[in-house]
Parts: sequence; C-alpha cells; structure tokens
Amino acid sequence: MQTLLQQLINGLSLGSIYALLALGYTMVYGIIKLINFAHGDIYMLGAFWGYYVINYWHFNFIFALLSAMLVCAVSGVIIEYLAYRPLRHSPRIAALITAIGVSYFLENGMSYLYGSSTRSFPQIIKQVNYHFGGVQISNIQILILVTACLLMILLQLIIKRTKMGRAMRAVSVDPDAAELVGININRTISFTFALGSSMAGAAGVLIGLYYNSIDPLMGMTPGIKAFVAAVVGGIGSVPGASLGGFLIGLLETGVQAIGLSAYKDAAVYLVLIIILLILPAGIFGKNTKEKV
Amino acid sequence: MKKNTFKKMAGIAAIMMSAGIFAGCSTATTKSEGNTATGNTIKIGVNMELSGSAAGYGQQQKQGIQLAVNQINKDGGVKVDGKKKKIKLVVRDNKTSTSTSASVAAQLVNNDKVSAIVGPATTNAGTAEIPTITKAKVPSVSPSATDPDYTLKKNGKVQPYVFRACYQNNFQGSTAAKFTYNTLKAKNVAILTDNSSDYGTGLTKAFKKTYKGKVVSSQTFQEGDKDFNAILTAIKNKKIDAIYAPGYYSEIGLIIKQARQMGINVPIVGSDGMADPKLAQIAGDKNASKVYYTTPFSTTVAEKSKTAKKFMAAYKARYHAEAPTFSALAYDSVYMIKDAIEKENSTNSVKIAKGLAKTKNFDGVTGTITVDKKHDANKPIAVEQLTNGKVSASTEVK
Repeated sequence: MQTLLQQLINGLSLGSIYALLALGYTMVYGIIKLINFAHGDIYMLGAFWGYYVINYWHFNFIFALLSAMLVCAVSGVIIEYLAYRPLRHSPRIAALITAIGVSYFLENGMSYLYGSSTRSFPQIIKQVNYHFGGVQISNIQILILVTACLLMILLQLIIKRTKMGRAMRAVSVDPDAAELVGININRTISFTFALGSSMAGAAGVLIGLYYNSIDPLMGMTPGIKAFVAAVVGGIGSVPGASLGGFLIGLLETGVQAIGLSAYKDAAVYLVLIIILLILPAGIFGKNTKEKV
Repeated sequence: MKKNTFKKMAGIAAIMMSAGIFAGCSTATTKSEGNTATGNTIKIGVNMELSGSAAGYGQQQKQGIQLAVNQINKDGGVKVDGKKKKIKLVVRDNKTSTSTSASVAAQLVNNDKVSAIVGPATTNAGTAEIPTITKAKVPSVSPSATDPDYTLKKNGKVQPYVFRACYQNNFQGSTAAKFTYNTLKAKNVAILTDNSSDYGTGLTKAFKKTYKGKVVSSQTFQEGDKDFNAILTAIKNKKIDAIYAPGYYSEIGLIIKQARQMGINVPIVGSDGMADPKLAQIAGDKNASKVYYTTPFSTTVAEKSKTAKKFMAAYKARYHAEAPTFSALAYDSVYMIKDAIEKENSTNSVKIAKGLAKTKNFDGVTGTITVDKKHDANKPIAVEQLTNGKVSASTEVK
C-alpha cells in the first residue's frame, strides 16, 4: 500500500511535467492544426535560461520561473513568425516538416553554442522530505505539482474568461469566420504560441530543479511523450492535455514499478496506438465528422 | 539486441555503398599499400561523435586529442627518419550515426589521406568504419569502444587495423563483480543497466557471469532518462546489499541522487563512464557517498604517475576543469599512435598498425598499456570510492 502510494506520487510529479508540455501541443494544434515538434526544445530553452539567470544573475526561483516563461513565450512567437507563418496556406505536411527542422535547429544550435554535455542545474531550493505514514514526498515535488496545477487553472481562465481566449476559441473553430467578425488571426495565433511556450518554459525550470540535470537534447523524449499525452487526452482540448499528461506519467511509473522498466517507452507508444485505433479523438476530443 | 544488429546491418549497407563510391579513387592513385605522409606533416584523422546523442563524450575526447597534438607539436613533433614531423589533425563529425561514421572514415582515408584515425567514441559508430579502414589499410584507435567483439572479426580472428585505448567490457564487469562480492561483501544486488548502449548491456552481462551472489532485480533504463524514482521505489522494498549500475555519469548521477533522497543507502557500484567530476555535481556532493566505480584512470592513482600529472596540469591550464576520463583516454590514443610511428620509423599506415599491435608497457595517462593479441589494451584497473562527492579511496584490483 505504501509503495503504491509512493509510486502514485512519483507518477503525479512526472505527469505534471508532461501535462505542462502537452498543453502547448494541444493549443497549437487546436488553433492551426500543426503538431509543433519544436515544442520540446522550447522546454529545453526554458531550462537553459533558468540555468543562466540563476547562476549569473542570481535570480531566485520565482523570478527564474517567470523570466523563463517570458523568454520562452517570446521565442515561441519568433519561431511562429519566422517558420510557420509563411507556410500558413501550404499543405500541412510542409509545416510539419518545418517543425521538425526547427526542432533540429534548436537542439544542434544549442549543442554548438553551449556544448552538448550535461550540466547540473543550480539547486536554489533545498530539498526537504516530508513523511506521511511511510510515504515520502519532497518539497520540490509539492512545488512542481502546485505550480503545474496553478498554471493549468490560469490557462483555463485565460481561455474561458478573457477576450483573447474567446478569440482563440473562435479561430480554432473557424478561422475564416473569425476573421470576418474582426478577429486579428495573426495576433491570436501569436498569442497562442506565447501561451503554450511559456508553459513549456515553466516546465523546463521545474524539471531542472527537480532532476538537477539539463542538456540540449533533453526536450526530445519528453516532447514526444507529451505529444502522446495530448493525443490521449484529445488533441485540441486543454483539460484533456492535463489529464493525458497525468495518465502517461502514471502509466510510465506503473510499468516500471512492476519491473518492466525496459518496456516503459513501449507502453507509452502502445497506448498511443490503442487510443488512435479505438478512440481516435482522444478522451475529451470532439468527434467531428468531415464533410465529403 | 535486435536494434543493435539492425543498426549494424544498416551501417554495413551504408559502408558498402560509400566504399563503392570511393573505391575508384583510392586504389588507382596509391601504388604502395596504405597511406603515407608527405612533406613535413603527418595527418591524423579524427572520426568523432561531436554532435548527436554521444556528443558529450565526443567533445571531451576531442579536447584530449587536441591537447595531445598541441603538446607533441610543441615538443617538436614526431621523430621519423631523424626528422621531426608535425601532426596535422583532420577533425570530422560522425554525428553519432553509423552511416555517417562510415562515410566520414571513407573521406578521412581516401580524400584526406590520413595515416591513422582516432575514434570513434562508441562501439556502434566504430564498428561501422571497420570495413572502410581495413580496405584502405589505415589503423584506428578508439578511446572508448568497449564491446569485447569490437576488435574481432566474426570468426574470432583479430581485426588487423582496429585498436582501442580502453578496457573491454568483460574485464571491467567481472572486476566489479569480484569487488562487489569479495570486498563489499554484498550477497544480494540489484542491477540497473543503461540498455541504449553496448557498453551498459555488455558490462551487465559480464557482471552477471562472474558475480557469485544473487541478482535480486535487474532493471534497465535509456540514455537521457531523468526519472528513476519508480524503479528505485520498487527496489527499495527488496533486500539488497548493493546496486550495480553500469552507465554514464549523466544518468548514474541522477540515480545516485534519487536513491539517496529516497533513503536507499546501500553502496552503488558502477563503471568508468562515471569517472567524471560532473557525477558528483549532478548527484549533489552529500549524496555521492558509498559510490564505487571501476576505472583505468584515477585521479589519486594518477598523482603517482608523472605522465598523468603532466596531463592533468595541462588540461587544467587549458580548459579550467578537472580532466575527465574520456579526455585522458583520447590523449593516450594519440600518444599510442605517436609511439607506433616512432617505433616503426615510418608514417605508412600499414606500418603504424604493426607498431600499434606491438605496443608494450606504454606509459600512458590511464596506466601502463600493453596491447594484446586481441588488440585489447591491458592495463591496471582501480576501484575509486566517493565520499561526499570527493574521491576518498582508490584500490588497485588484481
């Protein structure tokens, strides 16, 4: 029982990171139907930004987190402006390949500039372990869970309660109609990228703090798993992405807990295949029929 | 395993193609066998993982190689026929890819006409270059390809142009097994293997073969993994006396950190991929206690050796950090080639290969190296112990 609870905590901490990343995938997909493969690398940029400001400018945790979110938001907007906007009306596959190109550019660019060896992230918050009936949880795990949940609630509020959020929803339903009623599509899409990328930036700093190790290729695997999470939850749906993230985190932990660690990645991709076969729209996805 | 064989097949296919393209120019122009240096410089090629997943190790090795070449050139060069010749490096990136490694090797031996090659760092990329360099008769010294079969052909005979400066896995794995059972008196171990490389899986195989106690749990992880909490929580409830975790510092550092924070305080034993100051940085100094690893190059053992001392000082002066194992191995690889050239008194690549095979009691940074019949580098092995992130003890294991 204790082990089970402990594994649950492990799974939730891992899952909250996937959830934060999955939000970016799902929002971008929802609005321009593009799978932004560079999203995992934005998360890496966030972690590196956190590393530099804490080490050289001696930021505290809150400022490092906020500034990483800001920097990632700006880089997300720049990437959208330079790489995806010119391809807005080209076939979707062209934009998809561009996204893979941007991902490679960021990974190898960072390796070239800063070297590809692993760095240790400065530990600005000292780890303290709390014990509850044999179950151990650290202050950093609590911090990750709380920050992730707060950011997800904030995101939901922005989408549901603000004018910009309404514009985002409108563009995702029908871009042409949205433009007709006077919504600035370009600005709305930029805003979506900014929002999604800032979530990734936050995840980067949290991961750096939690695992104490960052490198230019760190975004690759979590990026793909977060994408799976977004699909499982229903791509395009924000609550779905959060749920999908937690589910994938728990699944990965569960597979390792029963001693099948060699298959943990395989299990995640197996779930992707099953979901695509049985429930292609995901858990929260809307099942839209395409007109012929 | 399956993935590896597939990779090898793909690599071989790629080599065949590139070898086909380059075959014409190589055989037509050279009359004598192999490549011979012309003029006052000797060209040495570097086929290295400078980008991609193994770039962290490749970059460290490149530093070691450059340091060695600078030192040799500063001392006048390599002595051949009474004349001193300078070394010119041709550095090429194989992007941690088997097919690129094969084409890089072809460029080095056919276009750049190098006399010898240093690299690649990984067994997979190294195996991919073998057909090309064998055809061109140019030797290569890998600083860190540890697979036992790397220097051998399928029929068990030795590859004439393939050398290495590091141990092979069987030696290191069995030493760790003996140390864990005899010295640490651990009767039950859990094994955590990096199964994304031949290095990790090979060491585990060798460890299991020699270890006399009971392997309670055998789990695997992938290179780049960051979360080991689930595996460790599962191990925590089992009765274990030690953990054997062969792999590289980037992942093992995290395993140490997460294990200690969870309250797992048993000794953690690993391999030379951990011998890096970054291990303690990632794990956190206070977590890095009761950590042991087998290593050819030990900073405490090195203090007794003049060659090693010189290397450590030079490395620190140039890169402002403690020298990592991979740089030391790469440094030795270059000096092994220099030694072979001077011994054979020739810059011809076939002769250099012969010289390398005869390497005996070579005074390297990573110990006294003797190349045996299987082209494995034999040298003493040490087990280092970390306490609070610092090397506290170092024992030579016979």
